[in-house]
Amino acid sequence: MANNSQSGGGFINNLGKIYGLYTGGFAGFVIFLAILEQMGVSNQVIGYLFVFLTIGVYALIGIISRTAEMGEYYVAGRRVPALYNGMATGSDWMSAASFIGMAGSLYLLGYDGLAFVLGWTGGYLLVSILLAPYLRKFGQYTVPDFLGARYGGNLARFCGVIVLISASFTYVTAQIFGVGIIASRFLGISFELAVFVGLAGILVCSMLGGMRAVTWTQVAQYIILIIAYLIPVVILSAKVTGVPIPQLMYGQALEKIEVIEKTLGVVKGHTAAFSNAQGVMNFTDGLNFFALIFCLMVGTAALPHILMRYFTTPSVREARQSVAWSLFFIFLLYFTAPSYAAFAKLEVYQNVIGQQITALPGWVQSWGAIGLVGACDAANADTIYALCKGVKGNADGILQLNEFRIHTDAIVLATPEIAGLPYVIAGLVAAGGLAAALSTADGLLLAIANALSHDIYYRMVDPHAPTARRLIISRVLLIVVAIAAAYVASLKPSTILAMVSWAFSIAASGLFPALVMGIWWKRTSNTGAVAGMIAGYGVCLYYLITTQFYGAPLWFGVRNISCGLFGIPAAFIVTYVVSLMTAAPSKEMQDFIDSIRVPAGDVKLARTEDAISH
Amino acid sequence: MSQLTPEKAQAYWSRTSGLMWTMLAIWFFFGFVVHLFAPQLNGIRILGFPLGFYMAAQGSLIAFVVSLFWFARKQNDIDEEFGVAEEE
Repeated sequence: MANNSQSGGGFINNLGKIYGLYTGGFAGFVIFLAILEQMGVSNQVIGYLFVFLTIGVYALIGIISRTAEMGEYYVAGRRVPALYNGMATGSDWMSAASFIGMAGSLYLLGYDGLAFVLGWTGGYLLVSILLAPYLRKFGQYTVPDFLGARYGGNLARFCGVIVLISASFTYVTAQIFGVGIIASRFLGISFELAVFVGLAGILVCSMLGGMRAVTWTQVAQYIILIIAYLIPVVILSAKVTGVPIPQLMYGQALEKIEVIEKTLGVVKGHTAAFSNAQGVMNFTDGLNFFALIFCLMVGTAALPHILMRYFTTPSVREARQSVAWSLFFIFLLYFTAPSYAAFAKLEVYQNVIGQQITALPGWVQSWGAIGLVGACDAANADTIYALCKGVKGNADGILQLNEFRIHTDAIVLATPEIAGLPYVIAGLVAAGGLAAALSTADGLLLAIANALSHDIYYRMVDPHAPTARRLIISRVLLIVVAIAAAYVASLKPSTILAMVSWAFSIAASGLFPALVMGIWWKRTSNTGAVAGMIAGYGVCLYYLITTQFYGAPLWFGVRNISCGLFGIPAAFIVTYVVSLMTAAPSKEMQDFIDSIRVPAGDVKLARTEDAISH
Repeated sequence: MSQLTPEKAQAYWSRTSGLMWTMLAIWFFFGFVVHLFAPQLNGIRILGFPLGFYMAAQGSLIAFVVSLFWFARKQNDIDEEFGVAEEE
């Protein structure tokens, strides 16, 4: 692309060198802390150094990337190369739930948990083949921009904003919650204070530089999170199997697990598919497995904070390549997660279950002390282990399987200690989890603030607002949304993890059909699309709320986390039927659709009530 | 840049749509179909992995990544053939 500013061009051309140096610097920093630890520096100091130095680096990138240009603020100047946009999308995508929670879910759920692995990767095929290249060609700033241009104005844009905010706000709340958990655990400060420390880090990254700052920070965060995720399990694999490739070697662990499961009398095996708690294969469990995959995949292709990342590439071609790179970088973490689960399970079966209470490995005690593990043999075990509440031990001095409790977060967090690694690696894992939560929060906050400032304020309230005022409004809104999310997170709502999964179904039902049909079916009319969005969003929310809070029966036994299974088809059918009942889009609109279907050439915007001018 | 005639535009779009359906088929097969047979596949073991488990944990993921790179190249070939690729 031409017209790169001098400094911008120099920066883009040297990305490899810059991030290479950065990675080397980070490795040096970890080694330096390891030496400090050997010299007797306390764990708490190491925890502080990890948290504050990494947040400091992100903040520094945010300050260097500050900008007052619209194109830079909203779409990073559209010159992020495919590979780097892939890394940024990777960390935008992988949240605290992926980094810390997923391996634990796989530990507890076995095969059923793989629905998350499949659902959170396969959706990128839909992004690439159905949406991203065409949205990139369209070339505006936000996803609701597309709805407004394609469906004749502000009503469709407004519906898009409503869905976007409902899906993204619950999601960002969960990220800030995750930041609070990690920061409080490793800094030893209160949860509420930790939430606001994390918030400061998020805001410095995104407020000054918008999308430009978020992009370059997310690349830096990806590098830290992937290093932090791979190192502990690679070392553990080398220790257990002799080969440092956990993704290949956990097959052996699975084999051993199966043998031990038989002797322990576990009825639902780790690798058994579609079976209920009694180990019986049945239709409902199978249906829920596939329904969840479907909703997570379609939801991936409808979450605006992901779609807007592909607005930042230099070309349509690079948008496509970028989706492929994104999935590759995400894949590196997701195909490693099941090995964490398998090695942890093997460790538990071999060295924890059936052991004398007095001879349990050290990690059971240290993670039990902060409520993540419970060895509940004695009747008064719950005075030592918070997780033992309600578990009846038989007090025979030996830990049976049904006396053992473990929190999902403990799998990734405790692995360094299981592998017998020094504390510096535990600190590294905390830094990685923090990077995962912060980067996702950055992307989500920006998506919400942009929708409010660009789509609501600029497009609908004051179309003549000068650039400077739009940028100020955008930054103020960013702070307001962030504080609101931090406030909700500090209340520790109990259903927070369920709410994250709901976000996928909500986005999938409300946005996906309107976006896909707008590009792939010219006959889709304005009224049809709006009716479809309302129908999908309505059906999904109705099913969620009635089954979750009013005890309504489940339809076909489908859990409400997968409400998109009903919302998505409802939206497609309503859009289709209403479109056929109303007038076809104008010739102008059809020319517009033709122009975004082809990579080269100009975009021919049709006139709408809020005609776009830049 | 070259303007497409209506006939060429239609030919371009039918090629693009064809690739889209091929990719959707790949997505559907590795996202859903292959896992329907997980209980049967689990009877086969490779390097200790039950095959049904392996497909959901790694096999399908590898297929997703490879097919996306293939798609990016394939669609680019179509763009260049019709002369509608962007000029750098």
